[in-house]
Amino acid sequence: MNLTLKVWRQSGPTDAGRMVTYKVEDVSPDMSFLEMLDVLNERLIVEGDDPVAFDHDCREGICGMCGMVINGVAHGEQRATTTCQLHMRHFEDGATITIEPWRAAPFPVVKDLVVDRSAFDRIIQAGGFVSVPAGSAPDAHSVPVRKEDADSAFDAATCIGCGACVAACPNGSASLFTAAKITHLSLLPQGQPERLTRAKAMVDQMDAEGFGGCTNTGECTAVCPKGIPLDTIARMNSDYLQANKK
Amino acid sequence: MKFVEGSEIRDTRAPEGPIEERWEKRKFAAKLVNPANKRKLNVIVVGTGLAGGSAAATLGELGYNVKSFCYQDSPRRAHSIAAQGGINAAKNYRGDGDSIYRLFYDTVKGGDFRARESNVYRLAQVSVNIIDQAVAQGVPFAREYGGLLDTRSFGGAQVSRTFYARGQTGQQLLLGAYQALERQVAAGTVQMFTRHEMLDLIVADGRARGIIVRDMVTGEIERHVADAVVLATGGYGNVFFLSTNAKGCNTTAIWRAHERGAYFANPCYTQIHPTCIPVSGEYQSKLTLMSESLRNDGRVWVPLRKGDDRAPGDIPEDERDYYLERIYPAFGNLVPRDIASRAAKNVCDEGRGVGPGGLGVYLDFRDAINRLGRDAVEKKYGNLFEMYERITGENPYDVPMRIYPAVHYTMGGLWVDYDLQSTIPGLFVIGEANFSDHGANRLGASALMQGLADGYFVLPTTIGDYLAAGPFGEVDEEAVAEAELKVRSRIERLLAVNGTRTPDSFHRELGRLMWDHCGMERTEESLRKALERIPELRKEFWENVKVSGTAEELNQVLEKAGRVADFFDLAELMCLDALVRTESCGGHFRAESQDADGEALRDDEHFAHVSAWEYSPEGVPVLHKEPLEYEYVKMTQRSYK
Repeated sequence: MNLTLKVWRQSGPTDAGRMVTYKVEDVSPDMSFLEMLDVLNERLIVEGDDPVAFDHDCREGICGMCGMVINGVAHGEQRATTTCQLHMRHFEDGATITIEPWRAAPFPVVKDLVVDRSAFDRIIQAGGFVSVPAGSAPDAHSVPVRKEDADSAFDAATCIGCGACVAACPNGSASLFTAAKITHLSLLPQGQPERLTRAKAMVDQMDAEGFGGCTNTGECTAVCPKGIPLDTIARMNSDYLQANKK
Repeated sequence: MKFVEGSEIRDTRAPEGPIEERWEKRKFAAKLVNPANKRKLNVIVVGTGLAGGSAAATLGELGYNVKSFCYQDSPRRAHSIAAQGGINAAKNYRGDGDSIYRLFYDTVKGGDFRARESNVYRLAQVSVNIIDQAVAQGVPFAREYGGLLDTRSFGGAQVSRTFYARGQTGQQLLLGAYQALERQVAAGTVQMFTRHEMLDLIVADGRARGIIVRDMVTGEIERHVADAVVLATGGYGNVFFLSTNAKGCNTTAIWRAHERGAYFANPCYTQIHPTCIPVSGEYQSKLTLMSESLRNDGRVWVPLRKGDDRAPGDIPEDERDYYLERIYPAFGNLVPRDIASRAAKNVCDEGRGVGPGGLGVYLDFRDAINRLGRDAVEKKYGNLFEMYERITGENPYDVPMRIYPAVHYTMGGLWVDYDLQSTIPGLFVIGEANFSDHGANRLGASALMQGLADGYFVLPTTIGDYLAAGPFGEVDEEAVAEAELKVRSRIERLLAVNGTRTPDSFHRELGRLMWDHCGMERTEESLRKALERIPELRKEFWENVKVSGTAEELNQVLEKAGRVADFFDLAELMCLDALVRTESCGGHFRAESQDADGEALRDDEHFAHVSAWEYSPEGVPVLHKEPLEYEYVKMTQRSYK
């Protein structure tokens, strides 16, 4: 396959940035999207150019490090798939592909396609945990958990923190990310004692970071590589309201 | 490559007495640090996977002043996150005869009698606390309808002791540790440094006193000093370029510590996982594992005839070779990892492999689908089939999967004593980065167990004993400056070469060389060839590598070049270790040491020891042997026929 790439290049946070066009030839349909970018970068390095910086690590769809907006869609058009798991067989020979970083004010661009997602860590710091120091836990079987609750908690807990939800949201909201963690912990008995304080602290932190509010557009769940359901946001709002009533 | 033999390691600091009392004894004997003093003690933890994340969180909870470092943009990304299968624990919730002693026994036997009994027994003891801790944190383990935890059985065990969270156990456990860590960040006990890479260890007055790191965004070189340093930087499987490790996994932290005096133990012990998606082309950047559980229902085969290129569906039953079932009738498709991997390699070497380059074997679900129905198979393996199709574009319900072994885990690592302390006082090493618990072969679902045992329970106790003598005062400025200068000049050197080949192209070539000569099967000839070729390639690297950009910016080429440079040195030591160990054991198969049936043959008389290598700047490493004694588990030759 031969492709034309239009890639966002930005040397650093203060650079205005621009789209730059590259041709990539002899792309195999079995390559992953990132392997296609590897091929481009290998060429750029040898030619003495600056290769395109992008985040990636596990390349098996679980670490949440990779992420780019491909042809206008976070992680590309393939559903429930991270960028690293997207393969070139889904593109036409001769196609032009645009590649941009996540765009949201709380995710400033570091370089090219690399953005700073540390706001997510700070949302977790605000309350995304159960306060249980190592060594203080009771026997694991002392508290049974309904299978349905454990399964639903797991569904929410599969969030990989990639930030696609924020990139896709017209409001730049981090509601799906925040709600996934709140839902995971609020469905389990272990998460009950801190349920309301957690919801309040995490939502307040999300706002403080400059993420927008949720208007139920649903773009987040559509691009989510793990299919985190939209109703987690309803649970977050419910916990948040209760917390504020007290 | 030359080496000399040094003194034996006799004292591992394990307490004496009955094995079940040793950890209790050690804990009681460990000096305590009073809470007010803990605040004055600084600890650096490098790496935020299961071991590093849980250690930093726990040390923070205890009140130490902790700095935690990772190269990723968030501590939640460490590669522990990719572990699929599960975590072992001797809970005996099934009442199926499991016990701490049985988990200990299985691990020592599975490790092919090359692990330390005292360490493994402690691991089995602590395993039960890990599950309690994880559940209390809200880790959503699989449960049964009664609300209790579900378990499953895994390779190398006859009891059901593996706790799991669908196919994402590593992710859920890591997020538990990550959340505990972020809680401490919020509490102010842990200071987090993301996108920072450790490039050297500071050793002053005989103690590990800090690290030199590079801020990967600004390029700034920073010094961080402390009273103790903990390395939790994972394994070195990426020396093979292609592995199931994350792209960023590297050996730099442990290798630099090795250069500073920490012994490197059993570097040749690597685990090759039998069920990975095969390489599809030259551009391949990494390999993806398919859960071992697939071998429960899939049948492994290759065409009987060499060079048979018919589509699998066109090959009649009597022209297929279900070679695992044929060679190992008792275990069939469920033989342990090392055996399944080697058998696949053998049939491919005979020219009967399938797929691109003939490097693959079929894992066929046709019979399972006929027997159980498509729905039942989908329920069990649906997500794995989907993952396979996403990567290969082939539908495994219609066409058999193609699989091939891939490098997955490294049992070797920095040598540590019973306290997980290296040969440099004040340098502790935990998780995959150390060598301690798996011997020559790790059992499935034991990596998560070891990482968390080290981080939550073992290290926080043993490091206290060391820190009780601290704080250790000002760090000698000369030592810090020397380490910083070394890091700076190395970066300058890499940038100055300005050759014509990318770091990745060297890495690929090194990886191929290691796979061919120090991979699943090693011979004296192949290892000698590798030991000849590695220095040549390294020389070319330092004369012809091309690193674009500058040191004062985010520069992924520079990061990569530094890591590849260390892989060369490690590769050489791995081959030397493999050459010296003329026996076969666990993941280390020397073709010269096999029985009449082609099975691995251990040589307990000459090799029942840990090989701990001391670095030598002159290029003549010193081999220190730590003899292994088995008081509890009787040494036997493994058989799966």
